[in-house]
Amino acid sequence: MANQTSSSPSPSRESPLIVEMRGIVKRFPGVLANDHVNFELKRGEIHGLLGENGAGKSTLMNVLAGLYRQEAGTILVNGEPKVFSSPRDAIKSGIGMVHQHFMLVPSQTVTENILLGLDDPRFFMRLPDYDSKIAELGEKFGLKVDPRAKIWQLSVGEQQRVEILKMLYRGVDVLIMDEPTAVLAPQEIEGLFETLRTMIASGKSVIFISHKLQEVSAIADRVSVLRKGVATATGVASKGVSRQELARLMVGRDVIFALDKKPSQPGEVVLDVRDIYSDNDKGLPALRGLSLNVRAGEIVGVAGVAGNGQSELSQVISGMRECKKGQVILGGDEVSNHSTLFGIQHGMAYVPEDRTHVGSAPNLSITDNVIMKKYRKPPILKNGLLDMKAATKLANELKQAYDIVVPNVSTPVRLLSGGNLQRVILAREISGLPAFMVAVQPTRGLDVGAIEGVHRLLLAQREAGAAVLLVSEELEELLSLSDRVYVIYEGKIMGEVMVVSGEPDEGLVDTIGQMMTGTPLAQIEKEGAAAHD
Amino acid sequence: MTESSVVTKKRPSIRIRVEPRLQEPPAWYPAVVSLGAIIVALILGGVLISFAGGDPIKSYQHIAKASFGDIGVISDTIVKATPIILAALACSVAFRMKLWNIGAEGQFIMGAFGASAIVLAPVLPAETSRWIFIPVMMVAGMASGALWGFIPGYLKAKFNVNEIISTLMLNYVAVAWVNFWIFGVWTEGGFQMSPKFPANANLPRLLEYAKTYPAFRGLTTHLGLLIGIVAAVILWFIIFRSRWGYEIRLIGDNPHAAKYAGINITKNIIWVMMLSGALAGLGGMSEVTGVVHRLQTAPIAAGYGFTGIIVAWLAKLNPLVIIVASILFGALILAGREIQPSGVPKMIQGIILVCLIASDFLLRYRIVVERGEE
Repeated sequence: MANQTSSSPSPSRESPLIVEMRGIVKRFPGVLANDHVNFELKRGEIHGLLGENGAGKSTLMNVLAGLYRQEAGTILVNGEPKVFSSPRDAIKSGIGMVHQHFMLVPSQTVTENILLGLDDPRFFMRLPDYDSKIAELGEKFGLKVDPRAKIWQLSVGEQQRVEILKMLYRGVDVLIMDEPTAVLAPQEIEGLFETLRTMIASGKSVIFISHKLQEVSAIADRVSVLRKGVATATGVASKGVSRQELARLMVGRDVIFALDKKPSQPGEVVLDVRDIYSDNDKGLPALRGLSLNVRAGEIVGVAGVAGNGQSELSQVISGMRECKKGQVILGGDEVSNHSTLFGIQHGMAYVPEDRTHVGSAPNLSITDNVIMKKYRKPPILKNGLLDMKAATKLANELKQAYDIVVPNVSTPVRLLSGGNLQRVILAREISGLPAFMVAVQPTRGLDVGAIEGVHRLLLAQREAGAAVLLVSEELEELLSLSDRVYVIYEGKIMGEVMVVSGEPDEGLVDTIGQMMTGTPLAQIEKEGAAAHD
Repeated sequence: MTESSVVTKKRPSIRIRVEPRLQEPPAWYPAVVSLGAIIVALILGGVLISFAGGDPIKSYQHIAKASFGDIGVISDTIVKATPIILAALACSVAFRMKLWNIGAEGQFIMGAFGASAIVLAPVLPAETSRWIFIPVMMVAGMASGALWGFIPGYLKAKFNVNEIISTLMLNYVAVAWVNFWIFGVWTEGGFQMSPKFPANANLPRLLEYAKTYPAFRGLTTHLGLLIGIVAAVILWFIIFRSRWGYEIRLIGDNPHAAKYAGINITKNIIWVMMLSGALAGLGGMSEVTGVVHRLQTAPIAAGYGFTGIIVAWLAKLNPLVIIVASILFGALILAGREIQPSGVPKMIQGIILVCLIASDFLLRYRIVVERGEE
């Protein structure tokens, strides 16, 4: 996979460095986000910036893009020192950033979004003129998107193209991409890589921020690695370094990629989802006749590109969303269209996608957050009152057992890091000894160490005989944890594959990839058989 | 540490930065900040008083004397604080769940009406014993207030009617309702007030015991203070120690998480609005039977429900702190009238409020002063 990056020109002209950052220091309250970091970008290269979450990658690049101001250190662009006090300054110097969360106005067209904030159309918006200009620009860089389309009509991949076009239209030479693949399907990722290579060929330079090793080694010419605000590697040629080495630079120790997983011994069906239909928040159909089942002692994965009904599926199962047709049976009882409480009382644990908005109460303490599903029963409930001593004791036990790093359990959870917050949520859900657990994106946004911890906890659940439904966008995670994987596409199951060993084989990934983009398994098998004949 | 490679502006500098707090400040800190804010407010107020041609020191001395100077005025301060305590408790419980009940005023008035109806209807004959009268009137006051809270609560829960609008409007309905009864039905010779209540329908006051304890002569502090304090303590237990209070706190902080935890939000909206209304209604009962001794609009609808909103916020919705904040406000209202009917005292109240609310910033952020070496 790593050998596809030979298309970029050799970066050795008279002034090879287009950007140079020296000794950048940036502090946030309690955190030294960048500790004298050096960074250099050569003209015409794709430079991967690798690091765990919270390593300071985005901070460093926000400094370069003019969003943050460094406390010490200098930025040189084309050899000249520059001081950026706003993103506008940075763009003037030819540096633009595409953020992880897009900054687009959904009700306006592509052209209107690109022109937003510019002085050029002064009063009259003669949009057709600009439409053709933008179409031309898109053509040149392989960024196909209809300039007259409204943003809300576009897929996430297309919206990303609009963001890139926005920067190119402003004439930037250096494009910073912050975790650009986080929102894309595998096919779209390939398309993005194609675009980036086209841009390099026409003289632009790209900084590619990611915490995904395989992507960085696939696309980048050189790699810099940050760990805890310190650069552990600066501008290493990506061909000369192995994934294992990069991982070590990122986390400071060897990462175990293979999990020791015992063979599954599935028992009875615990969760049976039968032909369910449901709408999303906008009232549009999100689930259209979806069926699946999970047995005791197995982890069943749900793969799919974000927004194909995964969130709605987990919400219907947990009782937080109305099920319009069909049934969700948990251990013989129908739980769909009952209250959330009904599911909780029937031994359902739910690790929601949104940790801060659904999974926790930010201003309440860790203690208050861990008793969320236990306060109705002894030992927390005593004589009709909450026994705060028992609650604190429970919280301290969980803090110990789940490795939650905080001074004390009366800390409000809004002050916790992503990994710690997820451990609080998992501790709460798992400590209820659930018969069934649905976990949605349980490792999203966590660093490698925290991800490993979450994986171990999920496997421990499986070994304890719980049925686990794991919804994730990380294929690697699904394949290393699951015993079976369903693939969801537009609210329907495209097919189900068995994962025999922990080693994902190429054919399986390919099949899943095809299902994720809407080809049913039956069709893939038919075509496969036809090809064999 | 020498950082020779670092290039920044080369001048000795003192920089002041504001950083969000990543750790909770120690427990004593909020109290010290609030005290500091009051001192700053008094200094600012002093400046304004001297601009207005007054002597700030003398004015403050006068205010202090008029509200805490002797046992008599302390008692008056407490009498003023009593309805505020109950109104603020009412607001605090609704606000805790992010229900913006600004109808404590109307619920307070309805509570006064409900309590009065026991005497005026009459439900109980005039010669009923005081120890039957008082509990029955308390229940009636709370029930009437709870009804006035139930209406917007039900509308909010079932039809998502904005409770700010509905509670505000119901305030006017409550005033009109009471006016109808005191003009038309229970009028005292055509005046817009009911006849005086019989003595045993009134809350006992300290001055009644002056024969046994001469020190109590002239003190109008009544049983309402005790009712307020007990209500505050009970409310504290409900909020911080009961299962229901936990649900209220959870819904208030994050309704999505509450739903996720299996809590019925609709039901809680109605119950909390009723509790809020009941507390305000109890305040109305206490005021009508402890101070006014007859049903009359003007002294009952004197804005205690609105003051309660401010006090609840100042006390950060903590029921026990509400008692202290209410006494402070009682003092300000009383002393204000001593120096000027309107104007400067109101202004000082305003300055104190703004300073206290602004000082909240210091709890969430910290100010860092850096001396640059480079």
